[in-house]
Amino acid sequence: MSEVTLSSMTQSFRQKEAISSLCAKIALAVNPDRTYRFMEFCGGHTHVLSRWGLADLLPENIQMIHGPGCPVCVLPIGRINLAIDLALHHDVILCSYADAMRVPASKGLSLMSARSLGADIRMVYSPMDALALAKKYPDKEVVFFAIGFETTTPPTAIALQSAIEAGLDNLSFLVSHVLTPVAMNHILARAEDLTNPHPVKLDGIVGPAHVSSVIGTNAYREISQKWRIPIVITGFEPVDMALSILMLVNQVNESRADIENEFTRAVSERGNTKAQALIETFFTLREAFEWRGLGTLAHSALRLKDEYACWDAEKRYDLKEVSVPDNKACQCGAILRGEKAPKDCPVFGTACTPAMPLGACMVSSEGACAAYYSYARVPIKNNHKGNP
Amino acid sequence: MCLAVPAKILHLIDDKHARVDFGGIEKEIDVSLIEAPKVNEWVIVHVGVALNKIDEIKALETLQMIHSIGEAQS
Repeated sequence: MSEVTLSSMTQSFRQKEAISSLCAKIALAVNPDRTYRFMEFCGGHTHVLSRWGLADLLPENIQMIHGPGCPVCVLPIGRINLAIDLALHHDVILCSYADAMRVPASKGLSLMSARSLGADIRMVYSPMDALALAKKYPDKEVVFFAIGFETTTPPTAIALQSAIEAGLDNLSFLVSHVLTPVAMNHILARAEDLTNPHPVKLDGIVGPAHVSSVIGTNAYREISQKWRIPIVITGFEPVDMALSILMLVNQVNESRADIENEFTRAVSERGNTKAQALIETFFTLREAFEWRGLGTLAHSALRLKDEYACWDAEKRYDLKEVSVPDNKACQCGAILRGEKAPKDCPVFGTACTPAMPLGACMVSSEGACAAYYSYARVPIKNNHKGNP
Repeated sequence: MCLAVPAKILHLIDDKHARVDFGGIEKEIDVSLIEAPKVNEWVIVHVGVALNKIDEIKALETLQMIHSIGEAQS
């Protein structure tokens, strides 16, 4: 056997020969008499399928269904409105990750357009940047719009811990952290719900990479057993994705429903226990949280514990989230539930483009519509006279 | 958002911070969630925080397995 070397943690997992041989193996492994419906939970994996052209290399009877794992996409308009309201009416410096800046909210506003109205909104790379701003401007109040799944929660906790240690009382957090296993369970429960007119039947799940590096593969055990569904935790490179699809096909063929770990180089059974302990120190479950597309789910998101209430922007500024329906033309909700694909949306690529998005799935770098648009997975209709 | 990026530790600044190399771009990051970080080890970094080490041996094992699938076919 020729020698395998590790040139880099990315390039080594992007090699064409490896992808080709895995896809050939998948083609041999599939049973032509059935279909395989796999959901990639993460928007990051949706982009891997599109960016590397993997979707076109798979046999036709493998259908990849895009899941809700895009934190910006699942934030409902009411939540974005809170951040905009804070920035416009409470004289704060609002810090946000870039992904959330252009999500359309109420009254034609987004964080980006609120900034052009004079609100002090800063695009930050890390919650530690918000911390630095709070130190730099002691006379100003700084709020960090803390969104994201379990990957992004530990960094928020580190920033809060640092703020407490530094005695900073001009920094607070608009906590909107959501939980992957709850959303995954909801998707699977809907598939089995006989009253659901659009059940999305799945044969397997491509599980999150970096979320799982924090929560570990054990976090999916209950779901896998309850719904008897194969789950393969998968890295974010194209070779990872192809290998995982092969592993899922093998599980289906052998009638297994196991949790397997393709991304062994960064994911363990227990996950990062230091990160989990830090999350437990500062956060507690919310009774309920509204998700775009999935509705209001019990115990599906986090808030700061009561003893940290003075760092909680919702309490500090007495914010009340009001539920707001999506734009009627936008199919984001159905796309996030896996019921529709971007090509099924009548405004995809016409009224809704990355430059002028109507829905969050077109805005975020992990949104399914953005993936299809960026990598031309759907022919753009010729008759549109919209954006260049 | 949930995408973390692999980086190699260049040197440790203190017990919570390290300077890392993202394939040419260097940056100071938080390594407080990593158990005993060492120079030349790989970590996955998300919004300025290392979330986990990347195990080089496990990475090689995965590549080796894929390679053997290719060889079996040819």
